[in-house]
Amino acid sequence: MRFSDLLHPTERGLYCPVADVYIDPVAPVPRALVTHGHADHARAGHGAVLATGQTLDIMALRYGADFTGARQVAGPDPVQINGVQFEFAPAGHVLGSAQIRLSHRGMTITVSGDYCRLPNPTCAEWQPLPAHVFVTEATFALPVFTHPDPMGEIGKLMTSLRAFPDRAHMVGAYALGKAQRVIALIRAAGWDAPIYIHGSLQALCAYHQEQGIDLGELRPATAETVTKAETAGQIVIAPPSAFNSPWMRRFADPVVGFASGWMQIRNRAKARGVELPMVISDHVDWPDLTRTIQELAPEETWITHGREDALMRWCEMTQRVGRPLRLVGYEDEAE
Amino acid sequence: MKAFADLLERLAFTPARNGKIALLRDFIATRPDPERGYALAALTGELELRHVTPSLLRSLAADRVDETLFALSYDFVGDLAETMALIWPEGPGGNTPDLPDLVEELMSTGRAALPGVIAARLDQMPASERYAYLKLATGGMRVGVSARLARIAVAQYGDIPVEEIEELWHGLTPPYAELFAWTEGGEKPVSAALAPFRPVMLATPIDLDELRDLRPGDFSVEWKWDGIRVQAVVDQGVRRLYTRTGEDISAAFPDVIDAMQFDATLDGELLVRRGDQVAPFSDLQKRLTRKTTPKALLASHPAGLRIYDILIENGQDLREMDFKNRRNRLEDAAQHWPDRIDLSPILQVKDWDHLADLRADPPDAVIEGVMIKRRDSPYLAGRIRGHWYKWKRDPMLVDAVLMTAQRGHGKRSGFYSDFGFGVWDGDRLVPVGKAYFGFTDEELVELDRFVRQNTTDRFGPVRAVAPKLVLEVAFEGLNRSNRHKSGVAMRFPRISRIRRDKPVEEADRIETLRALLPPEV
Repeated sequence: MRFSDLLHPTERGLYCPVADVYIDPVAPVPRALVTHGHADHARAGHGAVLATGQTLDIMALRYGADFTGARQVAGPDPVQINGVQFEFAPAGHVLGSAQIRLSHRGMTITVSGDYCRLPNPTCAEWQPLPAHVFVTEATFALPVFTHPDPMGEIGKLMTSLRAFPDRAHMVGAYALGKAQRVIALIRAAGWDAPIYIHGSLQALCAYHQEQGIDLGELRPATAETVTKAETAGQIVIAPPSAFNSPWMRRFADPVVGFASGWMQIRNRAKARGVELPMVISDHVDWPDLTRTIQELAPEETWITHGREDALMRWCEMTQRVGRPLRLVGYEDEAE
Repeated sequence: MKAFADLLERLAFTPARNGKIALLRDFIATRPDPERGYALAALTGELELRHVTPSLLRSLAADRVDETLFALSYDFVGDLAETMALIWPEGPGGNTPDLPDLVEELMSTGRAALPGVIAARLDQMPASERYAYLKLATGGMRVGVSARLARIAVAQYGDIPVEEIEELWHGLTPPYAELFAWTEGGEKPVSAALAPFRPVMLATPIDLDELRDLRPGDFSVEWKWDGIRVQAVVDQGVRRLYTRTGEDISAAFPDVIDAMQFDATLDGELLVRRGDQVAPFSDLQKRLTRKTTPKALLASHPAGLRIYDILIENGQDLREMDFKNRRNRLEDAAQHWPDRIDLSPILQVKDWDHLADLRADPPDAVIEGVMIKRRDSPYLAGRIRGHWYKWKRDPMLVDAVLMTAQRGHGKRSGFYSDFGFGVWDGDRLVPVGKAYFGFTDEELVELDRFVRQNTTDRFGPVRAVAPKLVLEVAFEGLNRSNRHKSGVAMRFPRISRIRRDKPVEEADRIETLRALLPPEV
């Protein structure tokens, strides 16, 4: 049996024919295993979904309780499906995110999903799941990506708040994971004033708080009662798309910030009209990505989505077997 | 070095001009000499460090990073210094020297030793400083700080009129210690340089109604030529040509410099001239964009001066003298000028209505109005009311169709405030310009609403809108352009009215604009 008999790419995503399950399928399938709740990995309309309890909760919040036919919580114990064993372990990416290790007749494959090895106050820390094949993302797989200490990036926001105490500070952050992590980092930096959040972050922030993650006092930024005077010199968190909407006019001379790994590249930040770029990422940077492959030392490294050319080149330079899967449908821009 | 790296970072992400000035002012206020001076010189491109080439950087990178990985990274990042700064392997660290030490090191190191010196410095620095250091070494900061902006920041910091700083600037060299001493209450530096720039006298706008309060007999009237206002200076054989903000453009106009056979400081208009004909502004622009000028362009686009005034002659300062007497001196001096340089004629005007007639029908297309100068005024620095007036020709107007809109910054956040518009070419619209002012706050809200309700496509921050709304666009002139598909480029376009009443089919056609183009000379 070859590795590709246990798992191989299809148009709908990674497929395990022995268990007849897809991992993070991009289109509806009878049986899906989902690594985490980001929309490009977790879609509605499957027959059955196996995922961590938190990922299932998040999918229900986003798509409604009927997002799938049947569901099963992946707990600490492995799950057997048609003789294939599936283990879930934290990926350190967002709340509920998991890596999945498949084992069958002595052959093992770890699908990392998206992962990050920096400590993150909003989710469990990444754990190694050694296997014969390591399936990795490559979102930031270029040697120019070395993510700085996130607290230093939050420090830029704090400096700007002191320099411009009359301007509202808008921080763009995607709704699941990044927004809550940014809030937690702001709290860690000692900012205990209320933080204003866009309405589309409301449900996910409340869920994080239910899960015991302290985000401090949050106020709705989309309420009609919010005034310019009230938000001057305050922090407003919103999905970046909100910055294009007339809603922005409610704020006093806003400073536009954006928390994303892409902010490391000036042209990207400028093209978005960002004044306060904060390099905060939920993905592994180049040093952590290459370190992880070295530590896990798989026989083969499969690369799902991102900048696979550079990672392939690194595999070649370090005498490793690398294989680009060229999976379609995953948005590496949405970080 | 950290402070300079931070400044560079903040400037890059501060779109507003006043924001940039504030950042520079704060830097000047908080950093010591000579750091602030070197920083200013680096930002405005006045540090001459010419040995550090892109190929030198590439070969440095090749020693540390796999070539394929570097190429993939450069391709993604799009800027060589930034790619280098990010990809450079973290070195042993250490104390980064201050900016002045680094500048002096780069200046004094020979070509052969330079790669080793740069590599050692990169090993000491964190990524943000590596970026600033590499930008310093290669020049070209691209953070939107002109020499003029830097001078404004210095002027604001010292609470000194910017004209006084402009007057001194060319006698100063980085790191400008004596200039900063002056801004902090010290002595005003004495410029030792020959052929210095003198602050230019500027006019205030006026119209016929306001003119009626003035006595025509008190004033002298000239055409306002559509070239570039310049100051031509010859001082003991040293010759320079300055713009009205004190930029030295001598190198781009060797033909004019050669013709400057006098010892004086003259105020005039730089024009491209072919025989008796004055060429349109766009011909002059071809000369302006170049640092040096090829022979063929000198022959096809010969430049010359039309002189308005005289400030200094044979070392004698005439600026206290009144206009009438300066003019007499100027007319005497003009006897000795070569062909390329001539006198701006004085118009014989009976009264203001007569002037209005002249203005309405000027004898040359390259005239953009009239200048009205009080005959007993001295030559004063800056724009002071009551002495010189400009009565520009009425702006040209065109009815164009709104085609695209881009989001604004700062106080215009959340508004689509930069508008692209076009006119009909056959049955298709062809873009002819962009405008981001001219409208009131209420009109901005109306335009923004229109854009949101009529978006057909999005490209990053730009939206394409359905061709439904006609805008009256005012502009100061039209140039031929090879860069624009329409073949025309507007000068100072702004939106003068929203023509809700006008059906888009009745917007202007490209033929109408082409008819407004100046004749080819």
